[in-house]
Amino acid sequence: MKKKDVVAMLLAGGQGKRLKGLTKTLAKPAVYFGGTYRIIDFPLSNCSHSGIDTVGVLTQYEPLVLHSYIGVGSDWDMDRLNGGVFVLPPHEREDGTTWYRGTADAIFRNLKFIDQYDPEHVLILSGDHIYKMDYDRMLAYHKEKDADCTISVIEVSLDEAKRFGMVNTDENYRIYEFEEKPAQPKSTTASMGVYLFRWKLLRSYLLQNAELPGTSHDFGKDILPNMLDDGKTLYAYPFDGYWKDVGTIQSLWEANMDLLSEKPKLDLNDPLWRIYTRNPNQPAEYISPTAVVRNSMINEGCTVCGEVEHSVLFYGVEIGEGSVITDSVIMPKVRIGSHVRIHRAIVTEDMVIEDHTTIGPPPEDPSQIVLVSGNDEDVLKLLQSSSSHINQG
Amino acid sequence: MRELMGIINLEHERDVLNELTYYRCGAAVPFASRYRLIDFVMSNMMHAGIQDIALFVRRKYRSLMDHLGEGRPWDMHRKRGGLFILPPDWNDETDVSAGELRHIYNNLDFFERGAAKYIVHSGSQHISTVDLNEVYEYHLEQGADVTLVYTRVDKPRDEHRSCTHLDVNEDGIVTDIHYEHKHDGVYMELFVMEKSLFLEMADHCIAHGGSNFFRDAIMRNRHKLNIAGYEYRGYHAVINSLESYYRTSMNLLNPTAYNSLFRKQSVHTKIKYEVPAKYLNSADVSNALVANGCQIDGEVKNSILFRGVQVKRGASIHNSIIMQKCVIGENVRLENVILDKDVIISRDHKLQGDFRKPFVIAKDISI
Repeated sequence: MKKKDVVAMLLAGGQGKRLKGLTKTLAKPAVYFGGTYRIIDFPLSNCSHSGIDTVGVLTQYEPLVLHSYIGVGSDWDMDRLNGGVFVLPPHEREDGTTWYRGTADAIFRNLKFIDQYDPEHVLILSGDHIYKMDYDRMLAYHKEKDADCTISVIEVSLDEAKRFGMVNTDENYRIYEFEEKPAQPKSTTASMGVYLFRWKLLRSYLLQNAELPGTSHDFGKDILPNMLDDGKTLYAYPFDGYWKDVGTIQSLWEANMDLLSEKPKLDLNDPLWRIYTRNPNQPAEYISPTAVVRNSMINEGCTVCGEVEHSVLFYGVEIGEGSVITDSVIMPKVRIGSHVRIHRAIVTEDMVIEDHTTIGPPPEDPSQIVLVSGNDEDVLKLLQSSSSHINQG
Repeated sequence: MRELMGIINLEHERDVLNELTYYRCGAAVPFASRYRLIDFVMSNMMHAGIQDIALFVRRKYRSLMDHLGEGRPWDMHRKRGGLFILPPDWNDETDVSAGELRHIYNNLDFFERGAAKYIVHSGSQHISTVDLNEVYEYHLEQGADVTLVYTRVDKPRDEHRSCTHLDVNEDGIVTDIHYEHKHDGVYMELFVMEKSLFLEMADHCIAHGGSNFFRDAIMRNRHKLNIAGYEYRGYHAVINSLESYYRTSMNLLNPTAYNSLFRKQSVHTKIKYEVPAKYLNSADVSNALVANGCQIDGEVKNSILFRGVQVKRGASIHNSIIMQKCVIGENVRLENVILDKDVIISRDHKLQGDFRKPFVIAKDISI
């Protein structure tokens, strides 16, 4: 195969347990976002715009939706003669190993895939985040610093810092310490889970790590600290655009709501950086004479006869007369009857909400976000006994 | 279906939509918020499983070629067959064919290479959701030489006057073909016949100086041929004038028409990867079709917005069709207008047409 300067490896095997019903039958990177996208569209589109044409997508948890969604990658311009997108699920090997034991192990188990392209650098991405980023600029920085590893970082609040891998650097962005989810963070510089490595070096660390019993085979916990201990040059690459980890119902809801401001920080309407996605081939949305729509995003294929305020509607959603939807995210092909009231909720794909149903947070906790998921039997029971408040965290 | 190959013949479709066809042929005219007229016949052929389509074009086909590409949105990028856009490239000095028959004579290779035994011949002006497999089955059952597809119209309108009309008896046999413009049996410029017979008749036509297959081969021989009439009963519109374009477009704001055109089967078009439409704080939208990429902060009533239209605060749009990427400035008033692509109307302007005669602005114009 033709040699590549850089190959991207996208970690897409995570379950995203905190997304509850949303990830019961699909992996977190396949979760819907922003009226038409799935989370994985962001790293894939970023690769496409950054000129990275060889991407391995590592899947493990509930991969069916993800595999069929990615296909040959033509939607992201990844159906290439040299390179392209490759779905890499775990496979059984001669020594009997099967599942990926950690992020580093997942890459280790696909050494042969990467070696085919004999790349100078490997870009490790995660399929969990919403952001637009030019990886090519990061690569230029990585080369300019002559780094062994470059980690893309972003400033977060001290409170958030406990949820991320934190990076401590000197004034030249050289990293001297790496802490995975520290109880007492020393800085507010968080790793975005975007790593560039010199492939030859990473390769040797992966080989070494694979032999070590009792490690978690993880980049943040094992590989990066080991490299630091050995005095390798690790640099932080500061990123100041929009970046959101949508790991919880709350943060997924917030990220959707972020799009509804007049000038959102994440501009999805940039003709030079389109986020590519599978197109569902829907006709233009129909806004009826009885509809009221404000501060909202509505996708094609919707029929709106009720009121939609500060909400995101995915494709093919129907909203009956007299219904009022506020501060909510309604996923594809949801059918909402008439005189339904939905407030602060995420309603998942294909749900049917009967007439006169009320969905919203319980009065004692009005800031809660309600997840209405077809995978949740409690919710289904509640929906059947209509006009009840459904609350489920 | 491997038994059928498609021919979309645009040769005698005149560019009658005034400003909208200054720079493009009728088949490439944007329609219904996100489509081009040709998408409907392409999608019907796709749903019938047709894998070979020849498109005979003559003029102003650049935008059509850009739109169709290699035919991927209609699943026509096939290893064998697929979509062939065939503009005039006629270099045979012994060629005596004339009119549209030149397309057939000069593209015999296409017909011979395709594995299909039957052809579906169509134009692009009649919009329908016709099931071409059903027409094909009907054609076989009737044992006909050719099957013409028609629809009955309750009240013939202006656009039906220039159509060809059919008399069809109870057995589904076409007894006459004529131009009586008040007649209710409207021929949809769509027929199915065996490929070998089609080529044989085309050859005969060429040899006798014909120039129009339908007129010279089918209509002239209507009493000799066994012609079946397939009655189509679904959504139908014919767009052959600016008035019919405007009326047909506006009629899609009626949910019955919208559902019968779009909900029976999917209609495919070139994909643009636009973000879902955004309705801002001052948006006041009712009875409208809106495509992705729009940003609306004004009033939109009884109107159709194509992809990527911006409506600024205080603007109002009534009974209008606004095509791709137009920008409607603050406090602009538009009523009964059609704006072609990329038109920019700067703030405070007022443009008004008549409901029967909309005011049209050609593409790329700034006011």
